Amino acid sequence: MKISTLMRHWREGFKNLGRHGWMTFASVSAVSVTLLLLGAFLILAYNVQQFSLQIEQQVEMNIIVKEKSNRADVLSLERQIKALPGVKEVTFIPKEQGLEQMKQRFKDNADLLIGYEEDNPLPDKFIVKAEDPQQTSALASKVENLPLVKEVNFMEETVEKLFSVTKIVRNAGAAFVVGLSFTALFLIHNTIKVTIFARRREIEIMKLVGATNGFIRWPFLVEGLLIGVLGSLTPIIIIGIGYDYLVRNVGGVMYFYFAPLDPLIYSVAGILLGIGALIGMIGSVMSIGRFLRI
Amino acid sequence: MIEMHEVWKTYPNGSAALQGVNIRIDKGEFVYVVGPSGAGKSTFIKLMYREERPTKGSIFVNGFNIERLKERKIPILRRQIGVVFQDFKLLQQMTVQENIAFALEVIEAPAKKIRQRVAEVLELVGLTDKAHVLPGELSGGQQQRVSIARALVNNPVVIIADEPTGNLDPETSWDIMNLFEEINRRGTTIVMATHNKEIVNTLKKRVIAIENGQIVRDQRRGVYGYED
Repeated sequence: MKISTLMRHWREGFKNLGRHGWMTFASVSAVSVTLLLLGAFLILAYNVQQFSLQIEQQVEMNIIVKEKSNRADVLSLERQIKALPGVKEVTFIPKEQGLEQMKQRFKDNADLLIGYEEDNPLPDKFIVKAEDPQQTSALASKVENLPLVKEVNFMEETVEKLFSVTKIVRNAGAAFVVGLSFTALFLIHNTIKVTIFARRREIEIMKLVGATNGFIRWPFLVEGLLIGVLGSLTPIIIIGIGYDYLVRNVGGVMYFYFAPLDPLIYSVAGILLGIGALIGMIGSVMSIGRFLRI
Repeated sequence: MIEMHEVWKTYPNGSAALQGVNIRIDKGEFVYVVGPSGAGKSTFIKLMYREERPTKGSIFVNGFNIERLKERKIPILRRQIGVVFQDFKLLQQMTVQENIAFALEVIEAPAKKIRQRVAEVLELVGLTDKAHVLPGELSGGQQQRVSIARALVNNPVVIIADEPTGNLDPETSWDIMNLFEEINRRGTTIVMATHNKEIVNTLKKRVIAIENGQIVRDQRRGVYGYED
C-alpha cells in the first residue's frame, strides 16, 4: 500500500467520525461507560491487591531455640536458616534483647522484671520472613527439622485463613477484569455494528466501484481505533479526578491507605487507552466482515 | 468484449431468471436491453459485473472469465467496467468531487492524476461548478451525471447502465442520453437496460429483448416493441 493511500485511509477515518456524528457519539459513549466501569474496578482491584500484600508482608514466624544452647551453635543455626531456599530475612533476637523488649512493653511495671537479668527465662529466638508469604507454612516445617529448634510459631490457622481470603479476592478480581473487558468488547462491537449496518449501502457502492475489502476495511479500522481512544479519555479523566478526591479526602480504610494517584493513574490510563483502542479496532473489523460479501 | 454462452441463472428461491442465454457484444457497440419487468434484464446486467454468478454457462467480459473469477479478483474486473444505476448509488456523505475521485483512489492513482482526471470528467458532464457540493443538494439529473462521471473516470472499456433514466423526467432523460451517446462516440461500449420506449425508438441502436429469461429478439437499429 502506498503512503498516500494509508494517509487517505486515516483522513477518511477521521472524516467518518464527523460524517456520522451521532453514531460516533453513541459508540464513544458505549465505550466510555464500559471503560469507566473497568477503570474503577482496576483501581479497586489494585488497592485490594496492595492491601492483601501488605497483610501478607506482616506474616512472619518465630523460631524458638532450645534452652541452654551455646551461642556458637545458635549462630550456626542462623546460617542454616539463611541457607534455606525461600527465606527473605532472618532477625536474631537473643534472650537479653527479648527481655529488653519485654521491659519496654511493660513500661511502668518494668520493675516486675528486675532480677531476671541473672537468670533469664526467655529463649533465644529468630524472626523469619519468607520470600513468598504463602510459603510460610512449608518453610516452617523445614525449619522445625533443624537441630536446636524447639518450636516454630506462626499462627498457622489465622495465616492460612488470610491467604485463602486474599486468594479468593485476587481470583475474583482477575475474573471480573476479564469479564468486563469482554462486556466492553461486546458492547462496542454491537454499537459499531449498528453504525455499519446503517452504512451497508455505502459499502455496497464502494465494492461496485472496484474497492477491495482491505481498502474498505481500513477507514473503519481507523474509525474504530479513534472511537476506542476517544471513549477512553472521559473515563480516564473522571477516574483521575474522582480517585484524587478519594485519596485526599478519605485517605484510607482502617489502617490501610489508598495507593497514591501517581503513578497508579498512569498505568490505569495506559490500560484503558490500550483496551479502548484494541476493542475499538476488533469491534469494527468484526462488525464489517459480513457486509463485505457483495 | 462481452460474450455469454448458454448462461442459466436460477436463484436460490427457485425462480429461473435466465434460461440459456447466448450473446456477443463487440467493442464500441451501444446496446439497449429491453423487456417486461421481471423478465431477467437486471440479472443479465448483474452477471456482467459479477454481482451475480451464473448457475451454468460461461461469461467473458473484457477477457475475464467471470465464473472462474476469484473473489479477490472481482475488484480488478469492476475497475474496468463503469456502472450506472437508476438510483445513482452515490456516497451521500461525500462531495461530488470526492465521489468521482473515489473510483481512482481505489486503484491508488497519484493525487495529481486524480485531480486532473476528475476535473476532466466533471467538465465532460457539465458539473464543474458543483464539484464541492453534496449529492443531496443536486437534482436527479445532476446526480445521474455525477454517477456517469464516476463510471467514466477510470476510462472503462464498457459502461453498464441499469435503467439510468428510470427516475428522471423526459427532458432530463434526453440530456443523460445525449451524454451516453457522446461517451459511446468516444469509443466506450454501452449496455443499457431501459424501459424508456421513446428513447429506444428515437435514438436507434441495437436492441436485445429478454422475455422469460430468454433472448427473444436481437436487432441492429431496433425498436422498443412493447406498449408500456
